[in-house]
Order: sequence, then structure tokens, then C-alpha cells
Amino acid sequence: MTTVERAITYAPAPAARPRLARPTKTAGWTSWFTTIDHKKIGILYIVTALVFFCVGGSEALLIRVQLWEPNGTVLTAAMYNQLFTMHGTTMIFLLGMPMAVGLGNYLVPLMIGARDVAFPRINMLGYWIFLFGGLFIYSSFLLGGAPNGGWFGYTPLTSMPYANGYLPSHGADFWAVGLIMLGIGSVTSGLNFIVTILNMRAPGMTLLRMPVFVWMILVIAVLTVFAMPTVTAALIQVYMDRNFHTNFFNATNGGDPLLYQNLFWIFGHPEVYILILPGMGIVSEILPVFSRKPLFGARVVVFSGIAIGFLGWGVWAHHMFVTGIGPAATTGFGIATMAIAVPTGVKIFNWLGTVWGGAVRLKTPMLFALGFIAMFTIGGLSGVLHSIVPSDAQQTDTYFVVAHFHYVLFGGLVFAIFGGLYYWWPKMFGHMLSDGIGKLNFWSMLIGFNLTFFPMHIVGLEGMPRRTYTYGTGFGWDIYNKLETVGAFIIALSVLIFIVNVFVSRANRQPVEGDPWDARTLEWSIPSPAPAYNFLEIPEVHAFDDFWHKKYTEDEEGRLVRLPSGGSDAGEHDIEVAASHIHLPSPSYWPLVFALGMPIMGYGFVYKNWWILGVGVFVAMFGLSAWTFEPSTAEEEH
Amino acid sequence: MATVAAEVPPAALEAGHGIQGSHDHHATNTGLSHAKLGIWVFLSSEALFFGSFISTYLIFRGRDVAVAQATHQVIPHPKDLFDIPFTSCTSFILLMSSLTMVLALAAIQRGDMRRLRIWLAATAAFGLTFISGQVYEFTNFYREGLHLSTGTFGGTFYVMTGLHGAHVTVGIFWLLALLQRSMQGKLGPEKAEAVEIAGLYWHFVDIVWIVIFTVVYLVPYK
Repeated sequence: MTTVERAITYAPAPAARPRLARPTKTAGWTSWFTTIDHKKIGILYIVTALVFFCVGGSEALLIRVQLWEPNGTVLTAAMYNQLFTMHGTTMIFLLGMPMAVGLGNYLVPLMIGARDVAFPRINMLGYWIFLFGGLFIYSSFLLGGAPNGGWFGYTPLTSMPYANGYLPSHGADFWAVGLIMLGIGSVTSGLNFIVTILNMRAPGMTLLRMPVFVWMILVIAVLTVFAMPTVTAALIQVYMDRNFHTNFFNATNGGDPLLYQNLFWIFGHPEVYILILPGMGIVSEILPVFSRKPLFGARVVVFSGIAIGFLGWGVWAHHMFVTGIGPAATTGFGIATMAIAVPTGVKIFNWLGTVWGGAVRLKTPMLFALGFIAMFTIGGLSGVLHSIVPSDAQQTDTYFVVAHFHYVLFGGLVFAIFGGLYYWWPKMFGHMLSDGIGKLNFWSMLIGFNLTFFPMHIVGLEGMPRRTYTYGTGFGWDIYNKLETVGAFIIALSVLIFIVNVFVSRANRQPVEGDPWDARTLEWSIPSPAPAYNFLEIPEVHAFDDFWHKKYTEDEEGRLVRLPSGGSDAGEHDIEVAASHIHLPSPSYWPLVFALGMPIMGYGFVYKNWWILGVGVFVAMFGLSAWTFEPSTAEEEH
Repeated sequence: MATVAAEVPPAALEAGHGIQGSHDHHATNTGLSHAKLGIWVFLSSEALFFGSFISTYLIFRGRDVAVAQATHQVIPHPKDLFDIPFTSCTSFILLMSSLTMVLALAAIQRGDMRRLRIWLAATAAFGLTFISGQVYEFTNFYREGLHLSTGTFGGTFYVMTGLHGAHVTVGIFWLLALLQRSMQGKLGPEKAEAVEIAGLYWHFVDIVWIVIFTVVYLVPYK
């Protein structure tokens, strides 16, 4: 129903004076606070996640400095505990998840041929909650000590009352409340992705014609929406145990610390796939483009991703093999863990099949994608070892496990992230990142990464315990630890090279056309950087890799033939006129105001100060009510 | 838990502008509006949230008696504590509020704005009655010695039913907001979906109560 019709049906009430004039700016730095453009929000997510990546990386460097030699004295044990806890928390909740959300935000609407996401303001809300949640947890460093119970926060370590428990600072409270906040943010973004992908595909973009990256985002969105509530429940219970003396996890009064591990890992294992599946999606986009071949068995890749998403719910107790859950449970979860390696392995062969016989161009994104396959395979192999329960019992809580999950999450996810950034940078910013510096970035990262994490396999098998702030002399671990520390600094150098690349490439910016890589998916069919309205005309899709088929056809012998460019001869003026008819949702302050209430409530909960809590509730409710009374586009207000 | 504001279903925020909110006026791929698909996804997430608390309750159900005997503590037994006729009454009222919710939706769909307001107000009032019953019940239990720190029963009971009560409270505010918009003449029949979505949330919260009521009150304790 249009505005006009409504005005006829209802006599327009005298326009209420707006409480705060609606923001209209869509350019300039202030626009970033009120934007609800999915592309800008995506960039905000990516930049913020990279900042947190550097912070979490610095924590890792401090850890490695402490472990440089036996009986190191750089850090105290207390400081060390805070650093490894925050390192894990940061990399998982403030790098891995938001980076996937950021790339997904930028790319999903472009890849499915939509103009925005389903809920643009909720999208912005998710970003603010992520940012404030991250800052909230980090503020604990200044307020008496950061979380120090590990990123997994096992009870009863975290759940004993904070005044006289094992962890006397407010750190664990900040951790529990902060993660609940981040969880709410993740659920909103997951919900947004699900509705966007299911509801807003361009005509002809059937589910099986969607790019694999979009599929993987859909799978992780479903996992996020279903996994976050269980950990939220567990964290509420931890908070209640610590602050209100409930006995969920206090065995003395009938509670059960293992219940926490179950609830946490029912979330935690799907979480592992939430982290890695977007990486698999990114690689599945890069490999075909730089091999100039379609993704080998694309549907199988999609179905494997879905299978991983399902099986991911049935393997959580492999994190708990040494807790005494009994032979039946360990056998069952061991078998499930072996089973989940199958679809993962299938994907690796799909990627190899894609590269095989292709016209391979070894540009930086391709190098990172190939690095992903190699490193992820190593991490996968050391991972599937843990499905063999006796082997797992031997390796639990040693550096072998640290090596395993860094091969999967750093060798896998972080390599994919960097590959994706190099690949989509021209689409986001309209110019390439330098390929020469990029290659230096890749090789230094590959070398530094292996130098850091490969020796951890060895010291792990020799029994070096993880989460311990030091080690004695005479175990033969000294040289490996020194290598690891050197490797960690090479990784840091590599990240620095990336940052330099960003600025150097920006200074010598050479504008690119819409499709600099000769790519296959819809996001490359529009100019770079993507215009605010994305598509001047919503495209019609006829095939998987539709954009490629619009550019190329095959002759009788199966060789590629470039089709004559179907580019329109519309001048810039015509485009402007056409674009001016596209209605985009208007910017809004209210997601920011609503989200601002959350950390205030958080401090109220941590310090059990109901006045602060009340202020937070008031701010959030104010933002919320203003939000619900605000139409999605400014025109509707008249 | 970041109580009230955080628990507002995100889809609801856009609900008021469901169809208008999608800037192209195309039909969606699924045929469901964004807001309606969104609220279903949100409710499925909520199902796991309550599912976690209900599972926790079931794991600890009845364990206290054994622990109390072993440690010679005196812990109020659920059998002595619960006033099942009273709670059945408030539960019945909550269930009836689902009926009035349906009537509110039917009213707005046929454009009967007066009945819409009556039924919305009735639903909110029934919800409020249920919440008052819960407050009364909590107060009584607390006086009789069931505290948050009492065994595992205290914590599991208060936290689960309390979070459910918080959800009902959010629902009441939501209904009152709709009522207010209707009074201002801003909730016409073309926005029937806004009422439908609030209704989905409201019914969900009712269904959760049916499970909690069964698990906590009706299934006999040893």
C-alpha cells in the first residue's frame, strides 16, 4: 500500500514534532554512526574485527614472550591466565564470528541480487552490540582484572561466588555478561541472514544456484540461532551461581559442574563450525575464479556443508572424553566425530578437483586459498585423531590440542579471511591491494604460522600442558618454545605487512572496473565499489555462476568463447536518474541508542547495582520505543 | 540476563513496518513476509533457550531430597510448597489469554478496531494477572524458606520460572504498545500482521508455560 492510499484512508494526524530530527547524511564520518547500508555495516564489522585481531594477537605475543625460556618471569601467573583467556575469547567472539558476519553482510545481498538485508536497522543493532560487548569485556582490564577462567569458563572454577571463590575478581562476571551480550548480537545477525537469504533472492536465484559462500553463511546463521541460546542459558547459570548463590554447578549442594560442560559444548562445537564454514565458503569462491573452472561438484560442497552443520550437533562430548562420561557415550561421540570428518574430507577433494587441470593464476587470494587447503588438512588430520578416545585422553590439555585447533582456526579460518580480503578488497574499496606486498604477506604468514604451531605438536605429545604459565628446564622443550616465539613474531610482522599494504595500495590507488578478476558471481557484475543501491536493475538469474555464463560460452570443442559485452550504453546521467528512483531505507540513530543501553545494563549486573541497571534499561527502552515508531524510510513520515 | 529490553524479539522491531519495510514491493521468495519469517526464526531460538533451562530442571528434579538427607539440611519439599489449585488457576488464565489474542487478531483482520482494543486490553490484563500470581507465589515460597541458594531446587525453579515471567512481562509491554498505537489511529487493518506477530510471540510464551507447568508442578515428586 502506498503512502498516498494510506493518507486517504486515515486523515493524517498533525505531524508530531520529531524527538530528534532523522539523520539524513549518507556520506562523511558521522554517517557511519547512523548508516543502515549493509555494505557500510559490513566494512564496520571487518575493520572492528581486524582491530580486535591485533589486540588478541598482541596478547598471544605476550604469552609467547613469557614462554620464551623456562621459568619465564615476564608475566605473573595471574596475568598469564587473563591473557590466554582474553586471547581465546577475542579470537573467537571478536574476530572469527564478526569477520564472518562482516563479509557476509557485505557480500550476501550482492551475491543473491538484493538491495539490502531483510532488517537493515537490526543489522546495525547487531554491529553496535558486538562493538559495545567487546569493549565491555575489555573494560574489565581497567576494573580490577580481566576474565581468567579460559574462553570456555569451566565450572566450578568460574561459578564459585566471586567474593570467596577461585576467581575473586569480577573478571568472570564481565566474561559471562559480555558473552551473553555478544550472543544477543550474533542471534540478531543470524536471524537477519536467514530471512535475507530465504526471502530476498533475485528472480531465478534458486537455493541451489546460490554461491557456496551464501550457503555457508546460511548454515552458520542457523547454527548461531540455535547454538547461542544454550550457552546463554549456561552463562546465566554461571552468573547466578557467582552472584546469587544458586547451586547449578556447586556439587556440595547437589549441583553438577559437568552440566555446564554439556551446555557449553552443545554450543561450543557448532561454534567451531560457525567459525570454519565461512572460511570454506570463501575458499570455494576464490578457487574457481583463479583456476578458471567451475567449482568441482558444487552441490556436493553445499550438501557437505549442510551435513557438517547437522553432524556438528552430535559431537560435543568429544571435548569431554576425560571427564568420565562412560564407555557408551565416549564410543558414540567418537564414532560421530569420525563421521563428521567425512563431509569435511569430501570438500577437500572438491577443492583439489577444482584446481586440477585449471588455468591457475597464483595471485594473492589464490595463494591464501591454497594455504587454507594445506593447513586445514593438517589440522583436520590432527583433529580426527581425537575421535580415537584413548589417543584423545593422552593429548587432552596438552599443546597438541593447541596445535590442532590453531591449524584449523588460524591455518584455516585466518588464511581464508586474508584470502577473502585480498579477493573482495577491489569490490569494497574500488582499488586492488598490491599483489607483490600481498605475496610477501602470504609467505611470511605461512612460514611464521608453521614455525609457531608445528613444534606445538611435538611438545604436546611430550606432555607439555597448555594453560600453564611456565615450564621447567630439562624437559627438552626449550628449543621448540623459542622457535614458536620467533614464529609468533613473524606472524605479527606479516599482519603488519598487510596493514602497510592497505595504506600503500590506498596511496597509489588505481581504480578498477567492476570485474577485475574475471569472476563468476553476481557481486562482480556491478561497479566497484558497489553503489549504495547495489543493482540498478535486479538481475535475473538462469544458472549457477550466472555472471560467468553471461560473459562466456563454449564452442563446439569446449573452449571458452567470450560473448560480446552486453553492457548497456546508458550514460552516467541516465544511471543517476534511474538510481534516484530506488528507495533505500533511511539512516537511523535508534539502533545505536538501544545498543548503548546494553553495556550499561551489563555494568549494573556485574556490580549488582540496580540503579545502573535501571539507567541501562531506560536507555534501551527509549531507543526501542523511538525505533518502533520510526518508519523504515523517511518519506513515510509525511 | 539483560532482562527486558534484550529479550524483545528483534523481528518485532521491524514488525510494525513489515511489508512497507521491504523497500521493493516484491513478493518474497518464501511467500512469508520478512517479519513473520523472522519471528519464527527468533522463536525457534527461544525454544532452545527455554529447552536448556527445562533440561537443567529435569536433571536436578528431586535430587535435593537425597542431598538434604545426606547433609541433614531442612529443605522445603516441592510437595509441601506448591499450591496446585492456585497455580492451575493462573495457568488457566494465561491459556485463556491466548484465546483473547486470537480474537484480537480476528478483530483487526475484519477491521473492527473497537473489539481489537478490547481484546488487546483483555490479553494484557490476563497476562498481568498471571504475573501477579507469580509474584504472590514467589513471595510465599520465599517466606516458607525456598531461597535462590536452597539446594538446586531453589535456583532451577526461580531462574526458569522467573525468566518465563520476564518473557510474559515483555509480551504485556508489547501488547500495550500495540494498544497505544491503535488508540492513536496508527494501527489500521493493513497492519494486522503486527498483531499477528505479537500473537505468535504470546502463544509461544504460553506453550512454554504448559511445558514448565507440567514439568514443575504436575509430574509428582518422589
